[in-house]
Amino acid sequence: MNWTWLHKWGSPKWFYDMSGKCLPWLAGASALLLAIGLAWGLAFVPPDYQQGNSFRIIYIHVPAALLAQSIYLMLAVAGIAGMVWKMKLADVALRQAAPIGAWMTVIALTTGAIWGKPTWGAYWVWDARLTSMLILLFLYLGLIALGQAITDRDSAARACAVLAVVGVVNIPIIKYSVEWWNTLHQPASFSLAHKPAMPAQMWLPLLLAVLGFYCFFGAVLFARMRLEVLRRESGSRWADAENARLIEDRT
Amino acid sequence: MAFSSFADFLSMGRHGAYVWSAYGLCLALIALNVVLPVLARRRYLNDLLRRRRREVAR
Repeated sequence: MNWTWLHKWGSPKWFYDMSGKCLPWLAGASALLLAIGLAWGLAFVPPDYQQGNSFRIIYIHVPAALLAQSIYLMLAVAGIAGMVWKMKLADVALRQAAPIGAWMTVIALTTGAIWGKPTWGAYWVWDARLTSMLILLFLYLGLIALGQAITDRDSAARACAVLAVVGVVNIPIIKYSVEWWNTLHQPASFSLAHKPAMPAQMWLPLLLAVLGFYCFFGAVLFARMRLEVLRRESGSRWADAENARLIEDRT
Repeated sequence: MAFSSFADFLSMGRHGAYVWSAYGLCLALIALNVVLPVLARRRYLNDLLRRRRREVAR
């Protein structure tokens, strides 16, 4: 097998150039997918036969919740890559993705609370799914605080990687919480093995919104990582050349 | 279209307050996630510029 693709990720300059080319495409795709998916879900999908129009919250709630969990998985993978291969970029990815993951968890929790009121009669219940998502938020906040508390870059990277890897145990708990416990929360909307329980006109816009959220994450993550890479690489020839070019553009 | 009029669309059955507050909140947080890195980049560039001017003045 050819492993040269993996070695490229060890080069901050390669990442900086590659991400610069991908970013506008990711941002454009995200805007397009979100505009179509959300407009479709808000105005064109028929109301749910039980929940009426409140079910339209699904088109933001499910993508945000899926993304919040995927980002945490990505943090754990980055944590392992950072510890095993001492990859510099892995720590940048981990630290820059964590705040986005925290915000996505906040979106999932708040839109879920608003949806819960007309559906269950309560904004919050100590249901297994809701509680495990709240723990996910605390894990994200802990990671961010830990990274900021340690000034030595290598120690901070190691501590964050360990916390990310240990915390990943919460992800299967979130996923299976609706099966292991009698939750108020409904079971999964999407699964790889089964056809969705919704008709296509309901899940197609949801699929677009999910893809839109993932592209959004990609774009924001790349934007954040590029700045951080430039900061950390300052002093190297390519980064100083890039800084000079940026100043040129600005003046 | 799932609604017969724009007023109907805004009222979302009796769920208007829930649907629109959820979407509004989500949109605001999405926008915040775009604005934060843009501001950080601008701050970084301003710092670069300031440092460069100081070097030139010296």
